[in-house]
Amino acid sequence: MKHILQQVFRSGKFVTGFSIFMAIILIVVFYPMIITDAPLSIIGQGTFFPPGIYVSVYDSLSSTTYILNLDDATTKRITNKLNDEDRVSIKEWLVAAGIPESEIDTTDTQKLLDQWFTNYDSQKNVPGMTNAKRNYYVRLNTALKSLLSPEAAAVMQVNPLNNELEQIGTINQTDYVNVGEVANIRILPLGTDNFGRDVLTELVSATRVSLQIGFVAGIIATLIGLTLGLLAGYIGGFVDDIITFITNLFIVIPPFVLLILISFSIGQEQRGAFTIAVVIGFTSWVWTARAVRSQVISLRNRDHVNLSKLSGHSIVHIILNDILPYILSYVIMAFILQISSGILAEAGLSILGLGPRTTDVPTLGLMMNWAMIYQAHILGNWWAYMPVLVTIALITFSMNLMNTGMDQIFNPALRD
Amino acid sequence: MDKEKKPYLSAKGVTKSFGFGRQKTVAVDNINLDLYEGEVISIVGESGSGKTTLSKVLLGLINQTSGDVYFQGVKRDISSQARKREYWKNIQAIFQDPFSSYNIFNKIDSVLLDCINMRGGVYFPREKKTEMMIEACSFVNLKFEELTNKYPFELSGGQMQRLMIARIFLLQPKILLADEPTSMIDACSRATILDELMHLRKEVGMTIIFITHDIGLAYYVSDNVYIMEKGRFVESGAADDVILRPKEPYTQRLINDVPKIYEEWDLSTV
Ligand SMILES: Nc1ncnc2c1ncn2[C@@H]1O[C@H](COP(=O)(O)OP(=O)(O)OP(=O)(O)O)[C@@H](O)[C@H]1O
Ligand SMILES: [Mg+2]
Repeated sequence: MKHILQQVFRSGKFVTGFSIFMAIILIVVFYPMIITDAPLSIIGQGTFFPPGIYVSVYDSLSSTTYILNLDDATTKRITNKLNDEDRVSIKEWLVAAGIPESEIDTTDTQKLLDQWFTNYDSQKNVPGMTNAKRNYYVRLNTALKSLLSPEAAAVMQVNPLNNELEQIGTINQTDYVNVGEVANIRILPLGTDNFGRDVLTELVSATRVSLQIGFVAGIIATLIGLTLGLLAGYIGGFVDDIITFITNLFIVIPPFVLLILISFSIGQEQRGAFTIAVVIGFTSWVWTARAVRSQVISLRNRDHVNLSKLSGHSIVHIILNDILPYILSYVIMAFILQISSGILAEAGLSILGLGPRTTDVPTLGLMMNWAMIYQAHILGNWWAYMPVLVTIALITFSMNLMNTGMDQIFNPALRD
Repeated sequence: MDKEKKPYLSAKGVTKSFGFGRQKTVAVDNINLDLYEGEVISIVGESGSGKTTLSKVLLGLINQTSGDVYFQGVKRDISSQARKREYWKNIQAIFQDPFSSYNIFNKIDSVLLDCINMRGGVYFPREKKTEMMIEACSFVNLKFEELTNKYPFELSGGQMQRLMIARIFLLQPKILLADEPTSMIDACSRATILDELMHLRKEVGMTIIFITHDIGLAYYVSDNVYIMEKGRFVESGAADDVILRPKEPYTQRLINDVPKIYEEWDLSTV
């Protein structure tokens, strides 16, 4: 046993898969100790805040200001403000004003602005331009001009005594605060989702729940499959006929269809994460049972089993001591596969809206479901679904890698 | 042999077939056999003639398709686990392939301990069990200290097969079915193992069914010989009659296949 383990841990594939998997487990275990927020608490008012560092504006005002004179500050400010649409519009104007298209570079902000200010004329009539578009250009021009003007912004506050607005300070373009001195900043590495929840915290919690679902489903499926396979294979005869009949029933109905039907009939309110795990487990034991059965059939006539019989051992003893150890490596591999397919099954169910009810815990599938319903993929809010996809892929990839590694050790014929 | 005596073990019309329809193989075909107490019989046949299948039926490890096996004059009843256990106290076997006879996950001590337990030694003190195991091992010229706590795959094929004989030494069954115990062993260990087997027979007074494809070997070890071809006994009788004056061409062929060197063997202990 010990040297088999040693061998397994010498397989590069297994070790890679195992490391990825362990890393995921460690994150899932330690992250909640550091970030103690409830995973489903809504922190953002609004949907899909992009990833980044969020700094409190209010607290910035009361922080010490430092003056930094940086040459490219203005350019950067404008670059940041000028979105792609505006740039294309500017280009359109410039082309209409007679600038050759080859001289216009929408990525070079400074040059584009120079061209704009020398050529823009609000009175000029461009043929075919709607009124709305003309007004848009006026607004754009004003906005750009105010960005370029060196005036400070005034900070005003309502005086509670006389209800009048009083200026309490100014903010210059050269004023800076040190982020470290601002009382409230929040890093949202993966932004927020459609409900305004921190995606990373949610993702870690979802990964934990999905892994638990996978484990529970895997344990149930493996136990059922193993027991039925052992009984059918070893006892044979009538018992085998019945079990094979049930197994075949499950094979003709694809397990996922069964899963959908059961899940649907349970009803949204009854579907907790655990229930879903149990349902997945109960619908996915079939291949384990079949494979175990055929392995046991080939084992039960081996001489070491015969010898064990001749030594007066009971059926239970023989199954546990002379059959099980021989198929254990296989069962472990099937178990790992069941975990990863359990996670995938949950994701599939949840995407269809048949997963666990959405109120208690997030799962990887539910996160995909939310992202899809709120059209994150259409709006380009990648942070709401890409990390989930990557997590699912990493989990299944690491588990399959472990399996392949083990397979090459237990079935050396496959070794390349 | 004294034919007045009741046969100890007998098979009447035993047939065993595998599969159905076109794939049906009749491995054992209407076999009749009488085994008397104390004698050694040989079942000789080429590979695939059904020797192993017959021995498994006689052992009760697989059920015959038809026919009956009688044990001590009455029809054998091994319908329950307890009866099987009882039957297997009387009849034991050494299998053809020592390498597949052991559970590779168990230390070899457990093989011998199982035998002591089966002979009612479950509650023997530890020292007594060890003593018995040492005795059994030394009977087959193995050193228990060198084997204890080892796994089967750490032993050679010859050592494994000798340990199987040690197992029989501990079990002391009435009947031993030895299914080509030396066919997978190198020629050097072969003689020793046969030696030990025959020594055991003298010691314990066992009745032996010796299965072999080697008619020369059968001649030296057995009283009666049964020649098996395609699941049937084609010729049987006293070893001298069958082997020195064969009637069947099949028997003649088996005899011709034996390398002459066997005749120079000294099996004086047999
Ligand atoms: N479990 C089984 N299922 C189907 N066919 C079997 C089975 N066991 C044995 N047979 C067939 O029965 C025939 C006899 O096999 P058996 O093992 O008894 O031969 P044998 O005389 O012991 O040969 P060998 O000398 O090679 O050991 C063979 O044709 C074999 O293919
Ligand atoms: Mg055989």
